[in-house]
Amino acid sequence: MNTPVLQIQNLRKTFADFTAVDTLNFQVEEGSFFSILGPSGCGKTTLLRMIAGFLEPSSGTLLIRGKDMTTTPPNRRPVNLVFQNLALFPMMNVHENIAFGLRRQGLAGREIGQKVEAMLERVHLSGFGKKNISQLSGGQKQRVAIARSLVLEPSLLLLDEPLGALDLKLREQMKIELKKLQEEVGTTFMYITHDQSEALVMSDQVAVMNKGTFEQIDTPRNLYSNPATSFVAGFVGETNILPVQVASRRPLQVATSFGLQLHATAGIDLNDSDSLALYIRPESIILEPSDSMKHINRFLLTVQNILFDGSNTKLLATIAESDHEFTVALPQNQQFAHIAKGDHIQAGVHPESCRCFVR
Amino acid sequence: MKNHIRLSLYIFLTPVLLWLLLLIVIPHIELLIMSLKGTDDLGDPVWTLANYRHFFTEQIYWYTFVRTAVYAMLTTVLTFVVTFPVAFYITKVVSVRLSGFLTIVLLMPFWVSELVRVYGWMILLRESGVINHLLISSGLMNTPIEMLYNDISMMMGLVYTSMLFMAVPLISSLEGMDDSIIEAAHDLGASPPTIFCKIIIPYAAPGITSGSIVVFMLALGNYLTPTLMGGKNSLWFTEQIYNEFIASFNWNQGAAFGFLLLALSSIIIWAGLKLTRQELGRALS
Repeated sequence: MNTPVLQIQNLRKTFADFTAVDTLNFQVEEGSFFSILGPSGCGKTTLLRMIAGFLEPSSGTLLIRGKDMTTTPPNRRPVNLVFQNLALFPMMNVHENIAFGLRRQGLAGREIGQKVEAMLERVHLSGFGKKNISQLSGGQKQRVAIARSLVLEPSLLLLDEPLGALDLKLREQMKIELKKLQEEVGTTFMYITHDQSEALVMSDQVAVMNKGTFEQIDTPRNLYSNPATSFVAGFVGETNILPVQVASRRPLQVATSFGLQLHATAGIDLNDSDSLALYIRPESIILEPSDSMKHINRFLLTVQNILFDGSNTKLLATIAESDHEFTVALPQNQQFAHIAKGDHIQAGVHPESCRCFVR
Repeated sequence: MKNHIRLSLYIFLTPVLLWLLLLIVIPHIELLIMSLKGTDDLGDPVWTLANYRHFFTEQIYWYTFVRTAVYAMLTTVLTFVVTFPVAFYITKVVSVRLSGFLTIVLLMPFWVSELVRVYGWMILLRESGVINHLLISSGLMNTPIEMLYNDISMMMGLVYTSMLFMAVPLISSLEGMDDSIIEAAHDLGASPPTIFCKIIIPYAAPGITSGSIVVFMLALGNYLTPTLMGGKNSLWFTEQIYNEFIASFNWNQGAAFGFLLLALSSIIIWAGLKLTRQELGRALS
């Protein structure tokens, strides 16, 4: 059993009367792509800065490759950070930027030259060495910033929302490039983001962070289909939320305020409270279910609007006799092309797709 | 449309060109002509290089010239050494609100004229001055000492009067520096001294260059401070020029000295830019 690259034990950081990171325990396995996903202000940047060494934890320990690094300054840690605003050195060209860390290690000039060239090739920037930073496009700057850290062969590469400043198209492209790059070099990546799609697409493991603690650490697939808490269910992926009351416990049946009874599945953190929140994903709603489908919840939807977005087209509909708005993913065959505003449609959902959490 | 742009360009450019022509170019041509003239044995005006030859043959002129250049450079370096930590503190260490306040505090003394400020120093330093009084009344010393009229007090005065002109460009260039650049360098393995030499200084280089040029020129051409605070041996080249014009009434000699000073400052600044691989245009933009 290999020692994990990063081990965090009881890590805490408080500022005056505010707890930014609250007693975290986790570890990151060698060679994995680990993401921390959370809304802004959840403490993820504080955590990252503690791992990089810019902040000292209030308590707890931080081990990198089994060595205690809790009080080691950033320049002595085998960890490199790709900054949110990239922080490239504007007075140096691309080559000098990437060579900066190698020079600090006291490597010979020839070796530095070789390593920088190899790294430029790896990030598809061969021949850009002599260019100034101001001559590069956003995506190229991004790659220089990653190359500058990666060339030092760190035990752990930290990335602080590095795609935030890019436009949508470029971001999609960089997501794929980053994942490929990580697989090629095999370095452990720790990626911080508030964008769930970035986290889900790239990661092997995602930790969902909220108010200084981790709500769930899991694979992207599990996070999406088996959220552990209501926060995860609401934050990861799109979801419809209905306030419900418990009608019966075993099997779990819930009732909405407008009288709709649904069979549901309990989320993990369910206690004996009677007021619950029901989470239903837009794509789990089946339009016009066939009569042969047993055991599904059935209800009537009234179409309010069609939100056309190519492969991501959705219906906005009210459920049953209420004015609760529901988003329903529209399957991409032409089967439902006839649906228009004001139509009433039969719909159904499997009880396993109806998750209840404490409100 | 194009004509409009051209017209407005002329309108805005005219005052600048007039100013340059009337106040800089014409007087300098006049001075140049004057510096190349002299009188022959009969008292008639003739073209001559005697004024310039004079400078090279009289040792005292040479001595003052070199001394002025060396001390002006030293002033520039000392001003930088004193000002840089202040500028760094104001821009990078304190909060934004406090930094605005501190900048104003830094500028405040410069609302008073240089003459008054130099007299302020004299009141502090002279034999019967504030510092001597305090030292004697506290029993640390028995007899007052003269702290004025030597090279050290003159240098102090020069550094003090030049500080602002170094501080402003330094503050503005450091203000533009993103803190994360420093953190990035730290993260990539640089120790604090390396960050200072490899990141902060190169980043602030344009500001340092423009500040240094201004301070050097001001120190070189300063008349007041060396005259009032320097001793009898603290000769400054501007004093020589003044003496030629006013005391000796030898305008031709004075004009020649003026041109030599101009040549000196141009050469030193050119050499300085070459040595530090800076470009004048970039430093002043």
